[in-house]
Amino acid sequence: MRINCPCCGERSLDEFVYYGDADLRRPDPQDEEAGAKFIAYVYERTNPSGFHRELWYHGLGCRTWIVAERDTRTHEIYATCRAVDGGAPEGAAADRERS
Amino acid sequence: MSERDASKEASQSFRVPGMGSIDTTRTITFTFDGRIYEGHPGDTLASALLANGVRLVGRSFKYHRPRGILSAGSEEPNALVELRTGNRREPNTKATTVELYDGLEASSQNRWPSLAFDVLSINQLAGSVLSAGFYYKTFMWPAAFWEKLYEPVIRRAAGLGRAASEADPDSYDKVTAHCDVLVIGGGPAGLAAALSAASAGARVIIADENPELGGRCLAEKRTIDEMPSAVWAKHAQEKLRSTNEVRVLTRTTVFGVYDGRTYGALERVSDHLPVPPQHQPRQRLWRIIAKRVVLASGATERPMVFGENDRPGVMLAGAVRTYINRFGVVPGRHAAVFANNDDAITTIADIQRAGAEVVAYVDSRKELSPAVLAVLSEAGVDAILGGHVESTTGTRHITGATVRTADGEIRNLPCDLIAMSGGWNPNLQLATHLNARPHWNETIAAFVPSALPPGMAVAGAANGLLTLAEALASGAQLGIEAAHEAGRPAVEARSYSTTPEASSIAPLWRVPETKGKAFVDFQHDVTTDDVVLAHREGFAAVEHLKRYTTLGMGTDQGKTSNVNALAIMAALTESTIPAVGTTTARPPYTPVAIGALGGAHRGRDFKPERLPPSYKWAREQGAVFTQAGLWLRPQYFPRPGERDWQETVFREVDTTRNAVGICDVSTLGKIDVQGRDAIKFLESIYINNWGSLAVGRARYGVMLREDGMVLDDGTTARLGEHHFLMTTTTGNAAKVLQHLEFCRQCLWPDLDVQLAPVTDQWAQFSMAGPKSRDLLRKIVDSEFDISDAAFPYMAAGEVAICGGLKARLFRLSFSGERAYEIAVPSRYGDALIRRLMTATEEFDGTAYGTEAMGVMRIEKGHLGAAEMNGTTTAYDLGLGRMMSDRKDFIGRTLGSRSGLMDPDRPRLVGLRPINPKHKISAGAHLLPQKAHRTAANDEGHVTSAAFSPILGHTIALGLLKRGPERVGEIVGVCDPVRGRDILAKVVSPEFFDPSGEKLRG
Repeated sequence: MRINCPCCGERSLDEFVYYGDADLRRPDPQDEEAGAKFIAYVYERTNPSGFHRELWYHGLGCRTWIVAERDTRTHEIYATCRAVDGGAPEGAAADRERS
Repeated sequence: MSERDASKEASQSFRVPGMGSIDTTRTITFTFDGRIYEGHPGDTLASALLANGVRLVGRSFKYHRPRGILSAGSEEPNALVELRTGNRREPNTKATTVELYDGLEASSQNRWPSLAFDVLSINQLAGSVLSAGFYYKTFMWPAAFWEKLYEPVIRRAAGLGRAASEADPDSYDKVTAHCDVLVIGGGPAGLAAALSAASAGARVIIADENPELGGRCLAEKRTIDEMPSAVWAKHAQEKLRSTNEVRVLTRTTVFGVYDGRTYGALERVSDHLPVPPQHQPRQRLWRIIAKRVVLASGATERPMVFGENDRPGVMLAGAVRTYINRFGVVPGRHAAVFANNDDAITTIADIQRAGAEVVAYVDSRKELSPAVLAVLSEAGVDAILGGHVESTTGTRHITGATVRTADGEIRNLPCDLIAMSGGWNPNLQLATHLNARPHWNETIAAFVPSALPPGMAVAGAANGLLTLAEALASGAQLGIEAAHEAGRPAVEARSYSTTPEASSIAPLWRVPETKGKAFVDFQHDVTTDDVVLAHREGFAAVEHLKRYTTLGMGTDQGKTSNVNALAIMAALTESTIPAVGTTTARPPYTPVAIGALGGAHRGRDFKPERLPPSYKWAREQGAVFTQAGLWLRPQYFPRPGERDWQETVFREVDTTRNAVGICDVSTLGKIDVQGRDAIKFLESIYINNWGSLAVGRARYGVMLREDGMVLDDGTTARLGEHHFLMTTTTGNAAKVLQHLEFCRQCLWPDLDVQLAPVTDQWAQFSMAGPKSRDLLRKIVDSEFDISDAAFPYMAAGEVAICGGLKARLFRLSFSGERAYEIAVPSRYGDALIRRLMTATEEFDGTAYGTEAMGVMRIEKGHLGAAEMNGTTTAYDLGLGRMMSDRKDFIGRTLGSRSGLMDPDRPRLVGLRPINPKHKISAGAHLLPQKAHRTAANDEGHVTSAAFSPILGHTIALGLLKRGPERVGEIVGVCDPVRGRDILAKVVSPEFFDPSGEKLRG
């Protein structure tokens, strides 16, 4: 597999570490239900078949955390962006519709 | 012809002068089963054996039936030999792909005591017992017999060759390559595609498993652009080799298609030589990233399924043509041809041209086209249309064919060769590696690729275009398209002229009435009866059929057998072939040696070694090294006269505790943290408070995972207002950096903080012991005040040493003694350790290794990887009080879950044996003193243990249920692995200087 790192260009899978769902947001620890929300944040995953926004770490490269939009069935990667930039880049939403 | 004749034949008596394209001017010798034969450069082992009249080359897997050579390529199921000897011995090598070299040694396998007389061939008589599913049914009961009796017997009887018993002496290489267009296969379609793509300026890689490009151009007597096809192929190859940006990889099999347009290929660099040339690997593994791929992998001929079709002398018609046209070897003198398609007709002329007789042409079709009938009549061959070969005669090779004509008449035809063709299967495996299902093509009666992996197009026979004209045209066109899609200019595809050819087929999946075993899968000895049995017993689905009969599971992966088998199953289930479907092809296309996949990563080079700055010096001292992660660290420094490692370690500990010891701590992870929000960042990742840390001071910190378990610990020093230097444990350096980068980039991207790993940039040495400050004074430049008042415990700052070298100084201690750590840029590490060791002589100091460090840290109750094992919380490890309640930090919420605060959880304690002579080892279990030694009574385990020379007995750390509440209690320490069961007292984990007086000085 090849991943397009926004900083380094397309690089081999060997350079990356997989992390998981990119849409999880760390709950507010002050929240009344912080306990339950943290349980969901740390342990509960949907494991979708198809479109998935997920985090990859370019550990053997520039150390950038990357959001990749990947089809879990075909491993096609529609788009990537830096995690610090948050949301999906232009065009990715259309791909999501398509899948 | 009698069976003995073949072995008496003079040297190479089946070689036909003037035929073939190999160099017959040079003669080389080889041995097979100890006998010396001659052949020529360019021969395969199979062609050379056939040239010498050797037909019998192996015994079959299950029935030990005599087997010969079926094919002329990598699909070969029968002619598997052991190649080479000693540590280069290679089992299950296909004689059809082994290139002959002078002095080659090969031997047959799966026979005892000899190939001609094999005791286990009696299995044939027991054939009805050894049918499909035999192992499953027979060796069920009693279970105990399986290991002791059945398996050893089966293993001896079965199995093919023997692997070498010594280490492989050769090396293996790995390469990554990028290209615009990868052409897989160098036959007519592949050559046309590569020429096209190259003409458009594309960067091309063309790979073919043979030593020369050309494919069936070399095996057939055909014409391309008014040239013999072999000559055309030679020109094409030369043209490609001389084109810039074209890489020709011969002896290279593309074996797998992977995600991201990545392709795996194996180049057999030196397999055709006795031993690899100097500095050359045996094989090279290629990872090719290609924008576009033209798959031109050709097709594999199907055998006909009739009685005794496995006897040596029964050969694929295409292979017969290959041996004649490419190698100048005629595999028999009296041949029968048995086919169901037009392509096989050309075999007749080739055999006749080689001076052999075609005794009959048997075609299962009753009616043939006028063009084909004209060819038959011109050849003057006895044509038996609508007939079948039902069986063969002979024992170690065939002596005749039993033929049933269309009117039911039985004719016995004496012959020593049957050239058979059941049609051609496109080699579409690579097109299905990413999970596409092939499509059934009625016209050619075979599966063809349908949905394709991204970027792939299929040309020629691999796409079911079986004639030469179609192969050239599709290759030329797809090569142009691939280059254009890869960003090269569009150019016109050129066309090639060829002579017309007939290619119709009427499938015959099995001969209706046969005598004797009719083999479908030759390698795994699967017969039509086995398929029928599988159907009868309910294993009709293809995936069940495969596993029940082991069909297609040999090293050939059923290249010659799969389609025949599922067509037979389709008939049995009264279904269609596309409805029955086909099994999934997975990489690799042909076997890949594990050595090639491992490449250089074996033995000492399995993982990289990281060497600390004092490594060279430590080696000179005769240090014994240990692995810590990837690092090689000195374990201890033996001195002359010391009896064993323990004596050395005691001396190192004793010297450190009473004078001074020096240890290279450069391997600890170091992360530079800078930014206006650095404090805020540290507050969020450490459980304790950092706001009050002054510039020039260091603090111990503990970080958790978000689930509340301890991730790592270490000290962080504040070097400036917005500048911190964090240390991590040696083994966790990369993991912690990843975690911190995650926090910085994904959780709090708004924080102004930057991270840089600086582990390799600094050489850092610890000086521990009461004399450490005196030693330090010797090297720190005099203008720096390092008195306790100016530089107290946990101080950090910049100094100059040895006359102006800038260094960082920290007053930190892992050993529990007064201790300092001094850091200089890595390049000064070697010089500094030498300077320090010279300076330490006056204090009778020592260097110490990880073993002494381990003893001293256990004496102090400091945590190591055995305690921070991913299942322990801060509370478990006695660090609960460090957890700040004034801020949020990673792991706080889940670390405070009631389950994790349960006092019943195993928690950190110290352990001391009641009898000082008793030893405690890590891994021992802790139980109530008098409880039964059962898992149900388990209350924890010993995590670390060492003999303390200061205390004179073993000390240990452990995790014990309600541990801290039980200080003073006596527990059982049970170590069934080492056969020990002793009593120990639960104590505080701080064995040495609990008040910290020595630390602060």
